[in-house]
Amino acid sequence: MAITYTSGEQVEVYRFSLPATILIPLIAVFIQAWLPLRFHFFTIFDLPLLVVIGFATARRNPLAGLVTGGLIGILQDALTHQPIGLYGISKTVVGFGASSLGIKLDVENIGARFLLTIFFYVVHEVVYFMIARGLVGLRMAWSWPHELLSGVANALLGVLVFMLLDRVKQRT
Amino acid sequence: MDVLGRYRNLIVLVGVLFAQVLGLAVQVRRTTDSEPTRLIRVWAVGAVTPLEKALVWTQTSSRNIWHNYFYLRGVRAENRSLKAQIERMSLEQVRISQDADQARRLQALLAFKEQFISQTMAAQVIGSSGSELSRSVYIDKGESDGIKPDMAVITADGIVGKVLRVYGSTALVLLIDDQTSGVGAILDKARLQGILRGTPSGEVMLEKVMSDETVPAGELVLTSGGDGIFPKGLLVGRVTKVSQGSELFLNIRVRPAADLSRLEEVLVVTKTDERQAEPDHAGTARAIDILAERLPTVPPKPENAEKGAVPGTVAPGAVSPTTVAPTKVAPTNVAPTTVAPTTTGSPTKPKAAPPAASASSGAPAARKTESSVSSPGAGSGTSTGTPASATGTAAAKASTKPVKAAVQPQPKPQPAGQDSPH
Repeated sequence: MAITYTSGEQVEVYRFSLPATILIPLIAVFIQAWLPLRFHFFTIFDLPLLVVIGFATARRNPLAGLVTGGLIGILQDALTHQPIGLYGISKTVVGFGASSLGIKLDVENIGARFLLTIFFYVVHEVVYFMIARGLVGLRMAWSWPHELLSGVANALLGVLVFMLLDRVKQRT
Repeated sequence: MDVLGRYRNLIVLVGVLFAQVLGLAVQVRRTTDSEPTRLIRVWAVGAVTPLEKALVWTQTSSRNIWHNYFYLRGVRAENRSLKAQIERMSLEQVRISQDADQARRLQALLAFKEQFISQTMAAQVIGSSGSELSRSVYIDKGESDGIKPDMAVITADGIVGKVLRVYGSTALVLLIDDQTSGVGAILDKARLQGILRGTPSGEVMLEKVMSDETVPAGELVLTSGGDGIFPKGLLVGRVTKVSQGSELFLNIRVRPAADLSRLEEVLVVTKTDERQAEPDHAGTARAIDILAERLPTVPPKPENAEKGAVPGTVAPGAVSPTTVAPTKVAPTNVAPTTVAPTTTGSPTKPKAAPPAASASSGAPAARKTESSVSSPGAGSGTSTGTPASATGTAAAKASTKPVKAAVQPQPKPQPAGQDSPH
């Protein structure tokens, strides 16, 4: 369960094939848009965010992480009626952070993934909250219990998503 | 150069974030209708909605095949139950139709203009925005189907939202529980108007109702028509909680009548008409006919009845109800309880009822009084129920309605269980 420190030499970098790079985020956004219609509770999950974290920690490249995060976020924004950039900025930050941290930590461990997902979920929500409230002027209420609970739920789902991503990632 | 190389990732991050913040600021500041992000949205919607459409189509088709061809258990019983329901509703329709006609007459008197939903289009909900802060759904109808922004979206239960953005074959519908939506609403009994808004947590609140007003929980909330999107009188929901809000207004929580979390099919109001209300004679006649079918017909007039008619009396079936003497008609044709109010004449009934009105509408006595009210100059009724007055004869001659219609007048049609003993 412990997050272990790894040296640069031990870090393994993975990559994803082009179809996987395009289709996985698309499927994640699609499921995120479609499933809440049938199962309303699914709105507490942020599947695209889990994909961003999964891609970023596997690639361990901050530039790739922020670009992936930004693009997936913008795709998610485009489906809402809010201005484009809310999810884009939040996921850019998360993509960059997750890939930077992925270099320093052993993210193959389930416990590490679980904690990392909770951490980045909260980071994502904080950034989103600040932009939505400060820049866009949306009325929003912050609730720590709700955010932490959602973070745990996302982390549980995240562990499963990362296991699926492990199957399609390729060692460089 | 070393510094640039060392902090390259950070510099790129700052650059990307700066660009996005700038783009966001431009979108927020922009007040015109033109959307700078339209292209991105079209691409995103074009990438995601075909999958959603395909999935919803597959789901609907398989469900239809199962329900329409295989799972037919209980269909006969359901059919019987539905037939009984239609029977009950036909009678209910008679009553409602008469009430509606009465309302239309009064509205016509007041030169009242109202909006009617004249055309709707059924659409299937195929997806959502996927965000808690954007309570909106996608439907499978778009520009190619004639959908336009700001069209109202409803279900049989109540209002749902309005069309916000339109794409080629899909459209984005903003739900009423979104915090950026606003619907003009009115409380059904209290007749207090307010604005219906969503909250960040997804609740629906009725705002701008003064705190010195009394609003009971359970009261219905309807659209007021003031927003120019929803026609007046559509069901919104029911008040669930009322509390003292900040400043001068009440906090009124409303539970939407339509289940916004489980939307499958909706109706888009593609056309509304604004017209002045007019009495609907055709509708009334149909309603009367429905009731008449359930009542015994009056026997045909005897050949010698007209010849042998004594001045001061009227042969049954040849007269308008306004002039029929109860003593002559009641025993043979209709029950005294139903005819008496009509034939004896109410104090407000005009002495000379316009023959055209009685002939064209064939309306029951209660409405006959109203139609005479609607005729300026008819004056207040002074009829005393004098048998076979000269005007009564004239009315009888003018009447082109068959006998059945002439003696149909019923103060109020009764529900199925309270039919006339005939």
